[in-house]
Amino acid sequence: MRVGVVTFPGSLDDVDAARAVRLAGHESVALWHGDHDLRGVDAVILPGGFSYGDYLRCGAISRFAPVMTEVVAAAHGGLPVLGICNGFQILCESHLLPGALIRNDHRKFVCRDQRLRLDNTDTDWTRAYSPGAEITVVLKNGEGAYVADTETLDRLEGEGRVVARYLDGNPNGSLHDIAGIANDAGNVVGLMPHPEHAVEDLCGPGVDGLGFFTSLLQGRVGC
Amino acid sequence: MARVVVDVMPKPEILDPQGKAVLGALPRLGFSGVTDVRQGKRFELEIDGEPSEELMEQARRMAETLLSNPVIEDFHVTLVDT
Repeated sequence: MRVGVVTFPGSLDDVDAARAVRLAGHESVALWHGDHDLRGVDAVILPGGFSYGDYLRCGAISRFAPVMTEVVAAAHGGLPVLGICNGFQILCESHLLPGALIRNDHRKFVCRDQRLRLDNTDTDWTRAYSPGAEITVVLKNGEGAYVADTETLDRLEGEGRVVARYLDGNPNGSLHDIAGIANDAGNVVGLMPHPEHAVEDLCGPGVDGLGFFTSLLQGRVGC
Repeated sequence: MARVVVDVMPKPEILDPQGKAVLGALPRLGFSGVTDVRQGKRFELEIDGEPSEELMEQARRMAETLLSNPVIEDFHVTLVDT
């Protein structure tokens, strides 16, 4: 598959995301924030970083970047979209995912290997994992606390849309220990930790993150 | 020219870690009696045209579209005399 990785001004992890895409057997395609063009890709990754310097709110300016008009429209049409860290924040600001991400409750930046449990393995980005799989990937954020109103949380839980949950303690104050969520169709996933930093044994905490990128090959259930 | 101020505050039910940090710093500086601090943002907009309800409605749309995130923040739009 051809997987686009968007670079915004201030993106940090676009190169790692593209590398993870290639290690998973896909072709990576560089997408530019200022272009109204997805270059015919089969999936899109919004990478981590500090797009637009996190000015105003994390992801708030990126949401209005020209490429996001195309990403939002394509996501509504079923295109697989994965937002990692800052990308998750952009997906929330774009209203492709509900809720918001605010500053960590303890106010410190977190950078560590983080265990997660995958509670939804029926999305375009988690299909390679077995249900309930526990994985270790990198977590690094200052504004990673997921918040939403009770009604939204109840809906996410009721529909099984919590994709990943933090294990071994909550690192940032996220409600319900939420590390990642999906839209109702399962093609849009937002994740605060970084699977793209856990795809090679040489560096990072192992290869547990690779499944997010190989999941794309497995196609939609029932299709 | 109209001057419009948009005040944006975290919703009461949303944790405000920055406000908590300020609250923790004040006693260390000898200021006592402060029981809570909430930190928000203030935008001062200069908008072409005479003040009108239409102009204020435009400012409210700016506030809910870009200046605030209504999921976690409330905003208040005020016309300021120039």
